[in-house]
Amino acid sequence: MSRTGKIYGINGPVIYIKGQTDFKMSEMVYVGKENLVGEVISLTKNRTTIQVYEETTGLKPGEIVTATGDAVSVTLGPGIIHNIFDGIQRPLEEIARESGKYISRGVNVESLDIHRKWDTHMVIEEGQEVYPGTIIAEVPETKSIVHKSMIPPNIEGIVRSVVPDGQYTVTDTVAVVESPDGQTHEIKLAQKWPIRIPRPTHNRYAANTPLVTGQRILDTLFPIAKGGTAAIPGGFGTGKTMTQHQVAKWSDADIVIYIGCGERGNEMTEVLEDFSKLIDPKSGNLLMERTALIANTSNMPVAAREASIYTGITLAEYYRDMGYDVAIMADSTSRWAEALRELSGRLEEMPAEEGFPAYLASKLSAFYERAGMMQNLNGTEGSVSIIGAVSPQGGDFSEPVTQNTKRFVRCFWGLDKALAYARHFPAINWNNSYSEYTEDLSPWFREHVSPKFLSDRSQIVAILNQETSLMEIVKLIGSDVLPDDQKLILEIARVIRLGFLQQNAFHKEDTCVPMEKQFLMMETILYLNERAQDLISKGMPMSVLKEDKIFEKIIAIKYDVANNELEKFQEYRDTIDTFYDNVMERNG
Amino acid sequence: MAIEYLGLSEINGPLVVLEGVKDAAYEEIVEFRMDDGTRKIGRIIEIYEEKAVIQVFEGTDNMSLVNTHTRLTGRPMEASLSPEILGRTFNGIGQPIDGLGDIQPEMKVNINGLPLNPVSREYPRNYINTGISAIDGLTTLIRGQKLPIFSGNGLPHDKLAAQIVQQASLGENSDEEFAIVFAAMGVKYDVAEFFRRTFEESGVSDHVVMYLNLANDPVVERLITPRMALTAAEYLAFEKGMHILVILTDITSFCEAMREVSSSKGEIPSRKGYPGYLYSELATLYERAGIVSGGTGSVTQIPILTMPNDDITHPIPDLTGYITEGQIVLDRPLFGQGIYPPINVLPSLSRLMKDGIGEGYTREDHQALANQLFSCYAKVGDARALASVIGEDELSPLDKQYLKFGKAFETSFVGQGETENRSIIETLNKGWELLSMIPREELDRIDTKLLEKYYTSASEVI
Repeated sequence: MSRTGKIYGINGPVIYIKGQTDFKMSEMVYVGKENLVGEVISLTKNRTTIQVYEETTGLKPGEIVTATGDAVSVTLGPGIIHNIFDGIQRPLEEIARESGKYISRGVNVESLDIHRKWDTHMVIEEGQEVYPGTIIAEVPETKSIVHKSMIPPNIEGIVRSVVPDGQYTVTDTVAVVESPDGQTHEIKLAQKWPIRIPRPTHNRYAANTPLVTGQRILDTLFPIAKGGTAAIPGGFGTGKTMTQHQVAKWSDADIVIYIGCGERGNEMTEVLEDFSKLIDPKSGNLLMERTALIANTSNMPVAAREASIYTGITLAEYYRDMGYDVAIMADSTSRWAEALRELSGRLEEMPAEEGFPAYLASKLSAFYERAGMMQNLNGTEGSVSIIGAVSPQGGDFSEPVTQNTKRFVRCFWGLDKALAYARHFPAINWNNSYSEYTEDLSPWFREHVSPKFLSDRSQIVAILNQETSLMEIVKLIGSDVLPDDQKLILEIARVIRLGFLQQNAFHKEDTCVPMEKQFLMMETILYLNERAQDLISKGMPMSVLKEDKIFEKIIAIKYDVANNELEKFQEYRDTIDTFYDNVMERNG
Repeated sequence: MAIEYLGLSEINGPLVVLEGVKDAAYEEIVEFRMDDGTRKIGRIIEIYEEKAVIQVFEGTDNMSLVNTHTRLTGRPMEASLSPEILGRTFNGIGQPIDGLGDIQPEMKVNINGLPLNPVSREYPRNYINTGISAIDGLTTLIRGQKLPIFSGNGLPHDKLAAQIVQQASLGENSDEEFAIVFAAMGVKYDVAEFFRRTFEESGVSDHVVMYLNLANDPVVERLITPRMALTAAEYLAFEKGMHILVILTDITSFCEAMREVSSSKGEIPSRKGYPGYLYSELATLYERAGIVSGGTGSVTQIPILTMPNDDITHPIPDLTGYITEGQIVLDRPLFGQGIYPPINVLPSLSRLMKDGIGEGYTREDHQALANQLFSCYAKVGDARALASVIGEDELSPLDKQYLKFGKAFETSFVGQGETENRSIIETLNKGWELLSMIPREELDRIDTKLLEKYYTSASEVI
């Protein structure tokens, strides 16, 4: 029995130690001369199995494996926001400074800068009783975010000493707490937490506020709540990453954690460059000031890819504990599932569907259940919303990752190849997508947008559904033979598709649209529908209605009306009235 | 002095097992010498204390359990690199086969490479003018991108790749240092020969490094070939500051080789018998494209893969599409109509295009025009489907117009000569010419201002 072991076998990222060891499950270990980071994933009497988070080339049997005593953890403290980490929270900037343009092995860097001094304002006093989660200090972490350091969840007691406000590093002791059993604990600005264990909370609330993303099809048709979960499945090239980028940029979350899990290196560079230039509409500061990136690109070691998702969610939970609304973009959960499969294969476990391990579903559900609107231990309210991209094999939604994800998320934004081919973006298919939050959020919409919002929304949905069934006929016999009222439905549906659902991410005004404007756009389209129906019922043919190019004018609203000149919508109402009168006059 | 081990304990396909080894490292290279003097090399792919599983590159023919002497080299697989490699030809594991002697290495580099740190990357923005309308106009190739050609057997992917190489290298940037790294994995002799001849004819031979693993060469070597090539490419790009275009053909053979080895190792297969780590393995190849910030060089990749049975959902093209920054898809029906290059633009895509075109790069109308062409061509598909049901005569005048547009788009925009080199302005103007066949109110992807500037209507359809 010992706290070290000798490597017996090596197979890709998995290594074995022969005989019994004193290692613990999920414990972090250092492997070999280069001190590669690893994690214990299975223990038997004869064999300890370890997954290594770095390339294992060059390892030899007989090299020493040392246990660290801690589970694989992240360091939580100021310096997380505006940073970019790899899957096990090593800052990539630091790694670049240490090892150059490539990520070499065994780089030993601190997760957070331990030399940087933070402007600290202490909010506790000597003699005060503190509980798990009590906020002890406030640090302006970035221009947008005030970091609130907390008592770790396993400590409570009486504050015996506090440092005065001033400049401290994350490793300085800022308070000493004596717990009821007489032990003293040194409290620092940073704390550690194991990534596979959810941070404790008091209570879970039902969803009641939407995460407003500025994307019309999401906010209006398939809204996600703060603390909600959504999946974006789609084959390659359908715009998963684009949708994630849009939500990361424009959603009204306080903090965004962007996890690039097994995706492209250039994409992470793009996020980094873009977010360092774009302004967050909510705070007026740069987007990066509220963003943390986790980049474990597809060519980085596969075990760290598996860990990156947990690292991301633990960071998110930590900021939730401070009372922030955090949104996680996980791009892509399929890569994570594939990492599970790869490791499971190396462990020679019995595969279930398509080679995925049987525990895929339980791992997925455990991940998505870490989202939620919570009452934290310190009484504040915060939320973690998860938006996970899914990359189904061959674009086929019946594969295990998509199907299992569907069971655990309440928003499903299904991307469609045909829409993407026609460059209709966001290519979210309105027929097979859904949101279970619409009900829960209806009071909010009634109160904050308009009492008419939900009825407008259902009318829009109804028109789109009618179009879908009419298209079945059109595909067989063409649209010319349809009666005029059905032609109108097709025309209005076209206006909805092009003028409302389709949104241009590269257009200054159209990239992010406030709820107010989304509602007025719906109103205008429906008003046009109402007046046009009236004309049709008076016997006017569709060809006459089309003469005035009114439909094109309404489609162009998204570009022609800026987000801050909503009074213009009255003019469009007048235009529709004029159109009605004109048609009546000419043909009446 | 390294120890030599005599004999093996097991030979199974391309794998051998050696017992009693001391101090062997994972992925270390070993050398075999048979009694008759022939030599082979191999790589340790699994290791249990004193037992090593070794993959033999040249195949296990002629090896027996008793006649083999094995020696550990103490090194992983390395590539010998120096500027001299330009103009040279090597076999799949980096040994010169052009009879010009060994390379005097300036440095030896582990061919597995290391992942490029995302913070050290520079986001690619400079477009490469290939002179091919369907690519320049609709799926623009960007320097530092990985843009594969998804093809099928018998389609002219080689011709297309050769044309891209010729026209891109002879473009306006020809004063910059430009080189091509060509890796053949399990391709036929004539294919390799075709590329060699093309490079020669276009006078770029001095700037080409070739790694050839032909169809009759050992299968296992194929697993090394692309890594050799990419290591050379990274060296030339990031150490020597050159712009490198890497052609990898055929990725499908590479994946087949991986499946073969995986199955002889007795691993648990995932999709279609391919190993579970197929995605990770492909990613370690494709992700080696890019630009390093602060440097002048770049690695652009054009991998070619033949989709088994033209099936784009097959694991190889599928996983590739998830890693690469877009794809160019060749289409058999278009090929059947005699259109060259037979690029099906709808599933084709360039993810980096959006940041490398438009004002200051190509022309202000580029993105909008491309979107509109895609959208109109998608409608052509609908009109054709309808026509096949109710007959062309019954179509509405507008749908008929779309049919005409579709035909013209395929023959004069996608289709072009094998040596025709169109400038980007020609390509864009051609696009507008085609759009003039469509009534203006149908053009819903273009800003009113751009329409006024560029659109001229050829016929008014009511």
